[in-house]
Amino acid sequence: MSKSFRFQTSLKHARGFGSGKSGTTHFWQQRVTGVAALLLSLVYVVLLVKLQGDDYAAVMATLGNPFVAVLMLAFLGVSVWHMKIGMQVIIEDYVNQPLLRVLTLMANSFFSALVGIASAVALIKITFGA
Amino acid sequence: MADARLAASRPLSPHLQVFRFILTMAMSIVHRITGGFLYVGTVFVAVWLVAAASGPEWFAQVDGVYQSWIGRLILLGLVWSLIHHAIGGIRHFIWDLGYGFDPKTADRLALFNLVAGVVLTGVVAIAAFIFA
Repeated sequence: MSKSFRFQTSLKHARGFGSGKSGTTHFWQQRVTGVAALLLSLVYVVLLVKLQGDDYAAVMATLGNPFVAVLMLAFLGVSVWHMKIGMQVIIEDYVNQPLLRVLTLMANSFFSALVGIASAVALIKITFGA
Repeated sequence: MADARLAASRPLSPHLQVFRFILTMAMSIVHRITGGFLYVGTVFVAVWLVAAASGPEWFAQVDGVYQSWIGRLILLGLVWSLIHHAIGGIRHFIWDLGYGFDPKTADRLALFNLVAGVVLTGVVAIAAFIFA
């Protein structure tokens, strides 16, 4: 047995199988999107307060402002990804029946995508129309 | 050989019912629940944005629902969920960096999260009321 053999771990057997496919990808993405959402949510809350009592024209003018639109799109983008992988963890924790698990995981992807696309299309339409 | 009966009789990892109630455990659950609220709450944001993009009539319809007392209650709940979950996230970042694991600090962080979440929600609600 050569000496270098000792430095080999069973990692190569795990690569490409099970969680070996992506490892800590989702864990790390949850942190990155979390930090982004934390900062952007400050903008979002201030915006919500500012829009209180505004009429339609004023709301459209605010949302149509490119700076606001960019930050809102960024906030919604990272939030949707954050919630998608977060809900995936919850489903993986609690839904044990295989078929139901696959269906709920799929529904999670569809729901998150739909919410994200709807918000993005609306924001882009508003900011391009303004 | 794989034995189905053996698999079925394997002990399951203990869940909620076997643990003594402690603050950090409750806060972990609340973090998940507020995350779940926010998950559903994105529908309110998406509907509001789509209504705004669809024209003044649609916007007035949705705004009317959101301005009702039940609409306001739901939105206030979502604001609290967002703030509580955000502070909970900071707590997780502190742990990720390797700090705050001793029970006393963990309890203090949990209590701070709970109080700051409610207080900041109150501040936002008052600010919104002043602007309206």
